[in-house]
Amino acid sequence: MSMQQDLAPNTGDDVIQNYTINFGPQHPAAHGVLRLVMELDGEIVERLDPHIGLLHRGTEKLIEYKTYLQALPYFDRLDYASPMAMEHSYVLAIEKLLDLEVPIRAQYLRVLFAELTRIKNHTLNIAHHIIDVGAMTPPLWLYEIREDIMGFYERASGARMHAAWFRPGGVHQDVPLKLLTDIAEWLDDRMPRLFEDAMSLVVDNRIFKQRNVDIAIVSKEDAIKWGFSGPMIRGAGIPWDIRKSQPYDVYDRMEFDIPVGTRGDCYDRFMVRVEEVRQSVRIMKQCLQQMPEGPVCSDDRKVVPPKRAEMKQSMEALIHHFKLYTEGFKVPAGSVYVATESPKGEFGVYLVADGSNKPYRCKIRPTAFSHLQAMDFMTRGHMLADTTAILGALDIVFGECDR
Amino acid sequence: MTHSAPLITTPDGTVESISKVLGKHLVSIEEANNEIAVHIHRDALVECMIKLRDECAYQQLMEIAGVDWPDRDPRFEVVYCLLSLTKNHRIRVHLVTNEDQPVPSVTGIWPVAGWLEREVFDMYGVLFSGNTDLRRILTDYGFAGHPQRKDFPLSGYVELRYSEEEKRVKYEPVQLAQDFRNFDFLSPWEGADYILPGDEKTGGGAGNAAPPPTPKTTDTATQTGAGKAANKEAVKRSVRKPKATGDKA
Repeated sequence: MSMQQDLAPNTGDDVIQNYTINFGPQHPAAHGVLRLVMELDGEIVERLDPHIGLLHRGTEKLIEYKTYLQALPYFDRLDYASPMAMEHSYVLAIEKLLDLEVPIRAQYLRVLFAELTRIKNHTLNIAHHIIDVGAMTPPLWLYEIREDIMGFYERASGARMHAAWFRPGGVHQDVPLKLLTDIAEWLDDRMPRLFEDAMSLVVDNRIFKQRNVDIAIVSKEDAIKWGFSGPMIRGAGIPWDIRKSQPYDVYDRMEFDIPVGTRGDCYDRFMVRVEEVRQSVRIMKQCLQQMPEGPVCSDDRKVVPPKRAEMKQSMEALIHHFKLYTEGFKVPAGSVYVATESPKGEFGVYLVADGSNKPYRCKIRPTAFSHLQAMDFMTRGHMLADTTAILGALDIVFGECDR
Repeated sequence: MTHSAPLITTPDGTVESISKVLGKHLVSIEEANNEIAVHIHRDALVECMIKLRDECAYQQLMEIAGVDWPDRDPRFEVVYCLLSLTKNHRIRVHLVTNEDQPVPSVTGIWPVAGWLEREVFDMYGVLFSGNTDLRRILTDYGFAGHPQRKDFPLSGYVELRYSEEEKRVKYEPVQLAQDFRNFDFLSPWEGADYILPGDEKTGGGAGNAAPPPTPKTTDTATQTGAGKAANKEAVKRSVRKPKATGDKA
């Protein structure tokens, strides 16, 4: 008899070796409703089968029954950690089908808030990754940043999370000047202070490194094969960022660097996100410096409803307003696949229009799908306790994964 | 081009080189909205994908989308979105299938296809031959039907609730408190596929036209406008009334 069998718990005649456990669906480290069926050999994970779909709400089906504008708020509710980034792909897809020009100020505002959203998402993910491996103080400081951003969201759109602020043709409303100056001050002082303080506790921390370095190493080949994108593919060492390679809105005017990992482990993925926050701050500062005055929405009245003041004077405006909020605008038949760099990776929308006022098909490409699927091979051979670190570094939100 | 969607520049001769590489497997290739859509034969999928990956450098499979066209035969379209990291370009590969004809799986080329194919199977019932793990993925354990098909109702067939009496969660047939409403907001003079009330008089579509609804009138006391039961009640009351006045007199 081998030594292992001697040590294994003995129940009469049976020797227990492998056993299967459920991780979740109600587990604080599962980042939502994820059920992992794990086969363990002692503390080593032999096989891992993620069961998803517990938050499936049929978003894609619902969108087929809504007009293009009515479908927009569903996108906020996909990845609720980065709502405006979800809207971004959708409005760009509609604009591409309509070939609609967006005023330059609206493009700057979108980039500004997309980057704000990136900080919002990354602070949440970094905080939860840190919490998952055992630290408490940095997350509390990072939540301060997130709370500030929710305040900015509210001042721009009226909602702390589900903004529905990006609209086909621009953004819904212009922002007050005070909001922009407040964001600038926040970027100069409070935000870097909180963020760098929190990071100083973690990035060189011995315990944090022991939990993350050399955990779940992903090679470049694997990252490509498994359809990785965003911080996951950059963590594996491939400098790929849609903001740079296929720029949308005014990203082609922005100067920023793309951080890449060297080893492809959990620590690299974490550090890529940390650096991306700093780069986002850089982009936001450039936006604030360069943003011109002007309209924030296209003046194509067949797509964008007029402002209320105009409706009081003009019959045409009143008719347009009524038609756009009942029938909605029509999108010419065709299909596009538009992918943007959401904080979590490539968030794509495959939109099929049949020429009516409703999308015929709206397929949402979640980032989490490919990343979570890869978790099986990433976790094999690691300890049970490492799964939380691996899951934390994947950055999964189930609203988006399950749709 | 005036929109500000992600800028994708198609290298010159991409369409030609792809059609040359795919050869006889190609059904058609089109460029619309600055995107290239390649339509191929279903059976040659794996061969085509290997060629697209190795010879045309589309290294990544980003998405597999199903689309249901109930009027077409075969009714399902499966769309593969490919990305080239080196050429910085995207293409879509389309093929058609129906409920019975399986699509060859591409899990051998890209392992990421595993879940993506499972999702198309779950949502549309499209089968993938060679996918070893073709289980449902997003819908509930034990779910019946394929929800993204156009003939699947938006409200579904069953709903779930916690029964206080039985102390467990139970499934019941969907009961809507109000009929499902799907408004037709299209301008009647542009999008309607029925004959507008009044138009039947013009001759054109007189044969198929539904008669205009009879106008509802409440000229007499027995026409309450609240349905037959109420009318009956009104008749009874109107009969009783003169009697009552008679007594008084």
